[in-house]
Amino acid sequence: MSTRHLLLGLLARGPQHGYELKRAHDDALPSAKPLAFGQVYATIGRLERDGLIEPAGSDRVAGPERVSYQLTHSGRTTLAEWLDAVETPAPHLGGALLEKVVVALLAADRDTATRYLVQQRAAHMARMRELIQVRQTATSVSEAAAADYTITHLDADLRWMQQTAARVDALEKEIRP
Amino acid sequence: MTLLTGRAVTKQYGRTAALAEADVEVAAGEILAVTGPSGSGKSTLLLCLSGIVTPDSGEVWFAGARLDDRGEAARAVLRRTEIGVLLQHGQLVPELTAVENVALPLLLGGATRGSAARSAEQWLDRFGVAGEAAKRPGELSGGQQQRVALARALVTGPRLLFADEPTGSLDSVAGESVLAALVSAAKDNATAVLLITHDATVAAYADREVHLRDGRVLSGVTA
Ligand SMILES: Nc1ncnc2c1ncn2[C@@H]1O[C@H](COP(=O)(O)OP(=O)(O)O)[C@@H](O)[C@H]1O
Ligand SMILES: [Mg+2]
Repeated sequence: MSTRHLLLGLLARGPQHGYELKRAHDDALPSAKPLAFGQVYATIGRLERDGLIEPAGSDRVAGPERVSYQLTHSGRTTLAEWLDAVETPAPHLGGALLEKVVVALLAADRDTATRYLVQQRAAHMARMRELIQVRQTATSVSEAAAADYTITHLDADLRWMQQTAARVDALEKEIRP
Repeated sequence: MTLLTGRAVTKQYGRTAALAEADVEVAAGEILAVTGPSGSGKSTLLLCLSGIVTPDSGEVWFAGARLDDRGEAARAVLRRTEIGVLLQHGQLVPELTAVENVALPLLLGGATRGSAARSAEQWLDRFGVAGEAAKRPGELSGGQQQRVALARALVTGPRLLFADEPTGSLDSVAGESVLAALVSAAKDNATAVLLITHDATVAAYADREVHLRDGRVLSGVTA
C-alpha cells in the first residue's frame, strides 16, 4: 500500500496531525498492518517537502507540540489525478486496487469509487484482449503459458473488482461511519 | 450497420425488475459480451432480445424490422433461420445422435438428408467433436454437449447468435478452445454474437462489452 496516497486521502477530509492520521489509517484499513509512527512522520515529511501538504496550526495540550497538516492546492490536484488514473494491468497489483477504492471513499464518495472501478475494469479488459491475441498466435507452449499466467491474474483482479463494486455502499459505511 | 437494437427493454417478474430500460446495440458481425453478476438480468435480456419472451415495454429491432410485436410463429421462424439461440443448458434432443441433433435445424428448414448430414459433420469437426457424431447426448461429457449445441446453433448460418454462458466457466484449456472455435467460426461466417457470461476472461474474447447490474446497463463499461 502506498501510505502517501492514503494520507492525502485522509487529509482531504480536513486538517489532522500525525497521531490522528495513524488512527484514521488503521480504522480505514483494518486488514492492513497498523501504521508505525515513524512511517507516518517520514511520509508527512516527504509530502511537505514535495509541497503537497502544509502545516495548518499546532497545539500543545500536554506534552509535545502537535502540528496538524492540510492539503495544498497541489496536493488536491495530485490526489484527484491519482484517483482518475487506472493502474497498469499487471500481475501482483496487490493492495493497490483496494487502496484506490478506499482513498476514493475517504476523499470523495461512492460515485468516485465506482467510476474508478469501471475505468479499471475497462483497462484490465483491454489488456486481456491483447493477451488473448498473444496466446492465440503463440508459437510455443511456453509463450502461451506465459500469457495464461497474466490472464489468470488479471481475471482474479476482475472478479475482485466485480465483488467490490457490488459492496461499495457497505464499504463506504464502514470506512466513513 | 446495426443488426439488433434493444431500446428501453423492461421486464418485471412479480416485484423483481429483471430488466430495467436496457439499451443494447449489436452491429453486424460484432461479438458483444454481456457481463454482470448472477441475477443481474443477463438471461432475461437474451430472452427478450431473441423474441422468446415479450418485454413489458421497450422495443426490439432486428435487421431493420420490429421483432417484439411480431406473433410467436413469425418469431419462431426467425429463430430457425436468421437467429440462433443457445440457452444456458444446451437442450440437445436426448434420443438423437450428435450429428442428428446438429442436422435437425437444416432438416426442419427443408434440406435433404444427405446435405444436412454433411454440413452437420463439418460443424462437429469445427468444434472438435467429429469423433462423437454417432453418440447420443447422454454419452457425451458436459463440454462435448456444449460443443454439439454450439454446432447446432451455427449450422443454419444465422446472422446473429445468442449464446448464454456457452462455455460455463473457462477454468480449463478445453473451455478456452471452444470459445476460440466459436469466435473464429463467427468471424468466418460474419455471424454477430451476443455472448452472455459472468466470466471476464470469456468477455475478453468479444469485441465489446456491456455490463449489467440489477437489470440496468451500466454506463461506462463499453470498451
Ligand atoms: N421466470 C422467472 N420468474 C421469476 N423471476 C425470474 C424469472 N427469470 C428471472 N427471474 C429473476 O430476474 C432476475 C434476473 O434473472 P436472470 O435474467 O436469470 O439473471 P442472470 O442471467 O444475470 O443470472 C433475478 O432476480 C431472477 O431471480
Ligand atoms: Mg443466466
